[in-house]
Order: sequence, then structure tokens, then C-alpha cells
Amino acid sequence: MSSELTLTEIRTQVREFIAGRYPQQEIADHDDIFALGYVNSLFAMELVVFLEKVFGATIPNQELQIDNFRSVDRMVSLFERMRSGGSPAEAAPVAVSG
Amino acid sequence: MRPVPAIAATATADPSAPVDRASAARFVDREVVPRVAEYERAGRVPEDLLASVSAAGLWAPFLPVEAGGQGIDLLTLGAVHEEVGRGCSSLRSLLTVHTMVAWAVQRWGDTGQRTRWLTGLASGSVLGAFCLTEPEVGSDATQISTSARRRGSDWVLTGIKRWITNGQRADLFLVLARTERGVAAFLVPRDAPGVEVVPIDGMLGTRSSMLAEVRLRDAVAGPDALLGPDGFAAGMVMTGVLDLGRYSVAAGSVGIVQACVDACAEYTTSRRVGGGPLRDLQLIRARLTDMVTDLYAARALCDRAGRLKDAGAADSLMATFIAKYFASQAAARHASAAVQIHGAAGCAEDAPVARFYRDAKVMEIIEGSTEIQQITIADEVFRRVVR
Ligand SMILES: Cc1cc2nc3c(=O)[nH]c(=O)nc-3n(C[C@H](O)[C@H](O)[C@H](O)COP(=O)(O)OP(=O)(O)OC[C@H]3O[C@@H](n4cnc5c(N)ncnc54)[C@H](O)[C@@H]3O)c2cc1C
Repeated sequence: MSSELTLTEIRTQVREFIAGRYPQQEIADHDDIFALGYVNSLFAMELVVFLEKVFGATIPNQELQIDNFRSVDRMVSLFERMRSGGSPAEAAPVAVSG
Repeated sequence: MRPVPAIAATATADPSAPVDRASAARFVDREVVPRVAEYERAGRVPEDLLASVSAAGLWAPFLPVEAGGQGIDLLTLGAVHEEVGRGCSSLRSLLTVHTMVAWAVQRWGDTGQRTRWLTGLASGSVLGAFCLTEPEVGSDATQISTSARRRGSDWVLTGIKRWITNGQRADLFLVLARTERGVAAFLVPRDAPGVEVVPIDGMLGTRSSMLAEVRLRDAVAGPDALLGPDGFAAGMVMTGVLDLGRYSVAAGSVGIVQACVDACAEYTTSRRVGGGPLRDLQLIRARLTDMVTDLYAARALCDRAGRLKDAGAADSLMATFIAKYFASQAAARHASAAVQIHGAAGCAEDAPVARFYRDAKVMEIIEGSTEIQQITIADEVFRRVVR
């Protein structure tokens, strides 16, 4: 993990990303964004690309579970877990992104 | 695994020399342009040219150095694919699908899969192909019927994949198949039991890209065939791979437009009508102006997509859709104009512009047709407004 950001900064950035994608929606940190009904595979991929940039690390395959991305709260928890080394180890090095 | 034959006499390049636009341009002018008409007629990229691509380090230079690549950024990779596309869209197509497979293994593979495949993919001793389309399913990829199931510890795949670029020659297939939990990606070696490859010849364009139908009849892909996550996130493997393929096709389309500009500038200078060179005619100059303007616009869109990828920016996916949408249509439009400008000479069998015209049409169909780009790009507009 190379991210130097604090948890608060991570939370703010995740919130801003979601708000930027759905500017007309009021989305609380605990709201299930998948339940909003218009999350498609493109958005899911954009979300992962974004989170990996903010986290400064590749999200391990084992953490790529839908529940980890449902809400701002869940994504912040994922970051905390990855930073504390609590995630499963098999993370691919990212030399390229896309 | 079929080895790439010993490097031919022409393949003198040093694979550790830096790969960039200039090196790719030199390679294309020396190794591809002089012989492309001949091998397009034969319908396959010759083995010694594949070996030359290996020697020039062009198969997967974006892979990290420790995996045998050069770690070049995606902006540069786009420029390399543009140059190859300027010389030959068939060869660029081989690079595209190989890039998709190599990237997928690097991005999603576990340590075992990366150890097993990356070095060969970097050197070109293992060539990759991408298998999504089926006889009954193209654009709507969520509807594929090829299935993958566990039998003991092995993954076993059943189904038919059609229109597979380099299917005739590739050593490793990245196959999208349906599991109980959704669509996932699998690495299937060509020599796995149950894999049959049937060549498809005589395509309209990219004639030497060695298309095939890949038939999987209870193909035994082994215990380590599943690439990346299963379930919810498996779709990301496909989304990510297609994104990179689309980027490559966009860049290749820019290459076609560049080739049209070059061919037309040369031809209109030497061809005389009504006592003067064709290039002096205002209507011809107007056409060339449109061509060059679209060339720069398409290249700028590709560069933007490449820069966003290198920055790890989420917007890179939409930027790539837009680049491919614009560049592929520009290629089709201007290849048609290039044939027109050449008159009958543009209709001859080996005329480069005739090849650009055939190949450009393909660019509007592969990696998401023009209509699919329109649906996706418009969806993005509407995603941002109230429902
Ligand atoms: C030269 C070549 C190489 C290829 N290489 C590969 C490869 O390596 N691997 C691979 O998996 N596939 C490959 N393909 C297949 C290619 O990806 C498909 O052709 C493409 O996805 C379109 O699918 P389709 O041909 O089945 O068309 P269809 O999906 O049947 O579509 C037919 C037409 O309907 C349009 N259409 C479809 N849906 C809609 C909609 N919702 N609204 C409006 N219009 C729509 C399409 O744009 C198209 O014009 C290749 C194809 C070619 C020609």
C-alpha cells in the first residue's frame, strides 16, 4: 500500500467519485449504490480503477466481492483492511491499469 | 507449446532496445510495408515476420521488465499499435488480441499463472488469442453460452467461439465462459484435450489475421484455468480486456488514416489529369484537408485515453470508447475517400488503399461495433442526469 491518505481523505474522495457519477442523487455513506439500479459493468470497472488509484494498491482478487463495494462505508473498510495487511496476500503487481 | 521458429535472417532487432513510436515505425517500414501485399494475398502473416516481431520486442512491451517486457506506458503502446496499424491491420490485430491476453494474465493472474505464462507472452514464444464471440452471440456478450464447470480439480469448457483473430496460430486462448456464478475468463492452452481449431479464410478485411473457429468439446483446461475473480468481479476481467483491445483498435484505426494520407499525398503528386498533377485540384485538396484534420483529432483522442490509463484514471474507459468510435469511423470514411482519389488504381488487387478500405470496415465492427459505442457513450450522458 503506497497511499499516504488518511481515512477521512479516502472517505471524501470516494464520496466525491460517487457523487460525480450520480450528481443528481443524494447518496449517504451507508447507502447501497448497487440498489440504486443503474450500476453496470462499466461503472464497476471504473470504480475499481478509481479505488486502486486512491488506495495506491491493487485490490486482491479475493477482495473483489460485491459486498465490499456496496457503499462508501464498505469501501473505506476495504481500504482499512488492505492497509492493515488483513487482506488475502495474492495481489498482482499493477504495472499497467485500464 | 509450439515454439516460434528460429529468428529469421531479417530479424536482427534487439528485443532489449527501447520500444517506442520511432522504433515501431522503423520496424514497419523495413519489415512489413515491403511484403504486406504478398502475405495478405496468401492470407496469413508469415512465421518469419512473427519471429521478427519477437525480435523487435513488440508483442507485449508494456509488461514489466521482470516478466520480460519493457514496462512501457500505455500512451507509448498506443503509438506502437498505431504504427503497426499504418503498415498492416492484420498484424495489428494479432498484436491487439495478444495484448489483451498478456495484460489479463499480468493484471488478474495469480503467481502461478503469471509464472507459467508471462515470459512466453512477453517474448512471443506463446501467442495469445481472445475468445468471446460465438455463432449465435456477438454484441450482447452477456448472452454467451459456452460453459465452464469443474470436473475433479480440472476446469472443463464446452462451446464454440467464432471469428477468433489468430485462432489458427495462437498457443493460448483467453476464453469467456459461463459458470454457475456468471461469466468468467479462462486460460485454455491450444493443445488441451478437446480443443479443435477450424480456420476461417477469405474475410473481407484483415485477411491475414488467421481467423478461426475454436471448438471446445469438454476441453480440459486444467485446475489453474480460471483467471481472476469469479462471481461479481469476473465481469471486470472482460471489461478491462475489451477496454485495452478497443484502445489498440482505435490506435490501429489512426494508423489506417495516416496510411491513407501518405498514399494520397504521394499518388496525387505523381498522377496527372488535365495537364497538371491531381494535387492541384481544389476538390482533392479539400478531401486531404478533411483527412488530415480527422487524423489529428483521432490521434488526440487516443492519446487522451492512453494518458488517462497511465494515470489510473477511471475516465479512461469512456475516453477509450469515444476514441474508438471516432477513429474507426474516420478510418472507414477516409479509406473510402482514398480509393476514390486513386480511381481505378485504388481498386487493383494489391493496391494499399484497397486494403485500407477493406480493413477499415472491420474496425467499425470489432471490439464493439459503432452502434454499441453509440449506446454506451449515450448511456454515459444519461447516467449523469435525473431518472
Ligand atoms: C475480422 C474480425 C475479427 C474478429 N476477431 C475476434 C476475436 O479475436 N475474438 C472475438 O471474440 N470476436 C472477434 N470478432 C467478432 C466481433 O467481435 C463481432 O463481430 C462483434 O462483436 C459484433 O458481433 P456480431 O458480428 O455477432 O454482430 P451482431 O451482434 O449480430 O450485430 C449485428 C449488427 O447489429 C448491430 N447491433 C447489435 N446490437 C445492437 C443494438 N442493441 N442496437 C443497435 N444495433 C445493434 C451491430 O452493431 C451490428 O451492426 C471478430 C470479427 C471480425 C469481423
